[in-house]
Amino acid sequence: MNLTLKIWRQENAQSSGKMVTYKIENISPDMSFLEMMDVLNQQLIVKGDSPVALDNDCREGICGMCGLYINGRAHGPEYEVTVCQLHMRSFKDGDTIVIEPFRAKAFPVIKDLVVDRSAFDRIIQAGGFISVKTGNAQDANAIPVPKDNADLAMDAAACIGCGACVASCKNASAMLFVSAKISQLALLPQGQAERDKRALSMVRQMDIEGFGNCTNEGECEAECPKAIKMTNIARMFREFYRSTIFTEE
Amino acid sequence: MAILDSKVPGGSLESKWDQHKFDIKLVNPANKRKFSVIVVGTGLAGASAAASLAELGYDVQNFCFQDSPRRAHSIAAQGGINAAKNYTNDGDSVFRLFYDTIKGGDFRSREANVYRLAQVSNNIIDQCVAQGVPFARDYGGLLDNRSFGGAQVSRTFYARGQTGQQLLLGAYSALSRQVGEGAVKMFSRREMLDLAVIDGKARGIVCRNLVNGEIESYTADAVVLATGGYGNAFYLSTNAMASNVTAAWRAHKRGAYFANPCFTQIHPTCIPVSGDYQSKLTLMSESLRNDGRVWVPKKVGDERQPDQIPESERDYYLERKYPSFGNLVPRDVASRNGKIVCDEDRGVGSTKQAVYLDFTDAIGRLGKDSVAAKYGNLFDMYHHITDENPYEVPMKIFPAIHYTMGGLWVDYNLMSTIPGLFVLGEANFSDHGANRLGASALMQGLADGYFVLPYTIGGYFAGTELDKVDTNHSTLKELQNDTKEKSEKLLSIKGNRSVDDFHRELGKLTWDKCGMSRNAEGLKEAKEKIPELRKEFWQDVKVPGTNGEFNQELEKAGRVADFLEFNETMINDALNREESCGGHFREEFQTEEGEAKRNDEDFTYVAAWEFQGTDKEPVLHKEPLTFENVKLTQRSYK
Repeated sequence: MNLTLKIWRQENAQSSGKMVTYKIENISPDMSFLEMMDVLNQQLIVKGDSPVALDNDCREGICGMCGLYINGRAHGPEYEVTVCQLHMRSFKDGDTIVIEPFRAKAFPVIKDLVVDRSAFDRIIQAGGFISVKTGNAQDANAIPVPKDNADLAMDAAACIGCGACVASCKNASAMLFVSAKISQLALLPQGQAERDKRALSMVRQMDIEGFGNCTNEGECEAECPKAIKMTNIARMFREFYRSTIFTEE
Repeated sequence: MAILDSKVPGGSLESKWDQHKFDIKLVNPANKRKFSVIVVGTGLAGASAAASLAELGYDVQNFCFQDSPRRAHSIAAQGGINAAKNYTNDGDSVFRLFYDTIKGGDFRSREANVYRLAQVSNNIIDQCVAQGVPFARDYGGLLDNRSFGGAQVSRTFYARGQTGQQLLLGAYSALSRQVGEGAVKMFSRREMLDLAVIDGKARGIVCRNLVNGEIESYTADAVVLATGGYGNAFYLSTNAMASNVTAAWRAHKRGAYFANPCFTQIHPTCIPVSGDYQSKLTLMSESLRNDGRVWVPKKVGDERQPDQIPESERDYYLERKYPSFGNLVPRDVASRNGKIVCDEDRGVGSTKQAVYLDFTDAIGRLGKDSVAAKYGNLFDMYHHITDENPYEVPMKIFPAIHYTMGGLWVDYNLMSTIPGLFVLGEANFSDHGANRLGASALMQGLADGYFVLPYTIGGYFAGTELDKVDTNHSTLKELQNDTKEKSEKLLSIKGNRSVDDFHRELGKLTWDKCGMSRNAEGLKEAKEKIPELRKEFWQDVKVPGTNGEFNQELEKAGRVADFLEFNETMINDALNREESCGGHFREEFQTEEGEAKRNDEDFTYVAAWEFQGTDKEPVLHKEPLTFENVKLTQRSYK
């Protein structure tokens, strides 16, 4: 396959960026998208140009580190796939592919296609946990969890924190991410004690970080590589309203 | 050569850990905040250690090179975590888990460590459930178990095919809570590049800030490395792209011995290589071997599609050779047998370097829905990567490097040969011997971080005089300068070959000569070639950009430079160990049936290497292994 790539290049957070066009040839349809980017970078290095910076690590679709906006879609054209699991067979010979970073006010660009998603960490730090010190636990089977709830909690817990939901949303809302964690813990008996405080703290931090609101359009669910459902957002609202009634804050 | 003291406490196997915990000197709760700890790495071992130490009151600084602590490669573990809960009532016990692990490791691990691991395994499950880890459950709401290789009981807890992810997010949530409370200072996008040893004790680290390139130094009263394994020594592996040996290797160069580096694990169920551009290999959980049947055609060079090959012309070689364990033999046995049939030209697929893993019978017996419920995400992943639907066509699999049992030598307290330097998880060598059983890596990482280090580090603090050290100390200033110079040197070469190009060549050489099987001739060849390649690297590598910026090529260059040194030590170790055991298969030492043949008389020891200089031979130290509670047997899974 021969392709034209239009890639966002930006020196650092302070500088302004631009789209740069590259031609690339002899790409195998069995390559992953990131292996195609490896080929491009090897060529740039040998030519003495600066390679394109992009985050990636596990290349198995689970670490959540990769994330590119490809032809206007987070993680590219396939559903339920991260960029690292996207293959070139999803494109055609002669295609022009536009590659941008995940864009959001709360995800500032570090370089080229690499963005700072530490806002997600701070949201978890605000309340995305159950406060149990090491060594305090009772026997695991002392807390039965109905299978349906356990399965729903697992569905929500599958979030990889990549930020595709934010990048896909016109409001740059992080509600799918935040609601996935709130749902997981609200669905489990272990999470009940801190249920109200958790919803309040995490939503507050989400707002501080500058993420937008939800206007129910569903791009987040459509583009989520792990198929996290918007019903979690509904559950988050319920938890949030509950918390405003049951806490003194 | 010195004999290494493992500091294993006395008493019966069952009482050692409890007695030791009582004997360890304590640090008064009010004094704990006066002690600071650096934890490098945020995987299962690092995150659980950082969180648990902070909960105790220690002042913790935690580092990772990824953009977030939640990305550490523990996240990619799929299948499960072992524990001796015996919830399935099939006769499991702490002793059985201990025995299986010792035997699975081919009797090259320390009895006391492995027993302790089995003892705390149950606490881990309790802890994780309390954190909200959504383990699989049955309709009564209780925890479900599955079987794994090398065991005849069902003791593996799992969260679909994402157990590592869920356990890591559990540890990450505990860590995040401590970060939120200000008890842990978190430094992401920082790579440790040197260890400061002051007055003979580990007192700090030097890091590169990967965002702006600044070389920073940090000090503490103890340093904990939880920096994972060195599987990327082979270039192609199932490790994450940035997994590396750098932190461990730099600590090794400062005096920490490296133990059993030749013990590397080849995982039998990976997706086969498809072309030269391949950047990494993808593992599929070996839990697939619960229901999948491994086979190749009986006939050499059979070109037919799998559905055209009748039952009578298929060789289910694992079931044939190992009737009692069948497809669930340990990883090393399954991998080696896969290689044997491919070497016989009975491999399948376009490269002929693959065997079938067939679910037809399981789908017929359980129905497609049940199979999908158990393995759905693995089947989807396989489908995405290969463009073949495993519900219809048998999967093709081939072994790949997956885990490294070797690592920095540690004593029973998880302290290395440098006082104050503790090493946890895959980065140490301690619990898996020559082969790790499935679902034991997660167990060990969390055991070390949640339940071992928090006790043993207190004993170190309570019994050690520690002067105040800050970042203005001359040693740290020197290391900072050295580190900067090394980066500048890499950037100044401006040669013709990219870092990846060198890495690929080194990896292929290491895989060919020190991979699934090894012999003296091949190892000697590699031992000659690696220094040549290293020399070429330092003359001809091309690293673009500058030090003072976000520079991923410079990061990689530093890691590959370390592999170019480390791999030679791995080769030395493989040459020294003139026996076959676990993942280390020396062709000269095999039974008549082609199984690994140990030499217990001469090699029942841990080989710990002391660094002498980059182009000098390392010195071998031995820790003799004594077995008082198990009888050394030739492993048999027949």
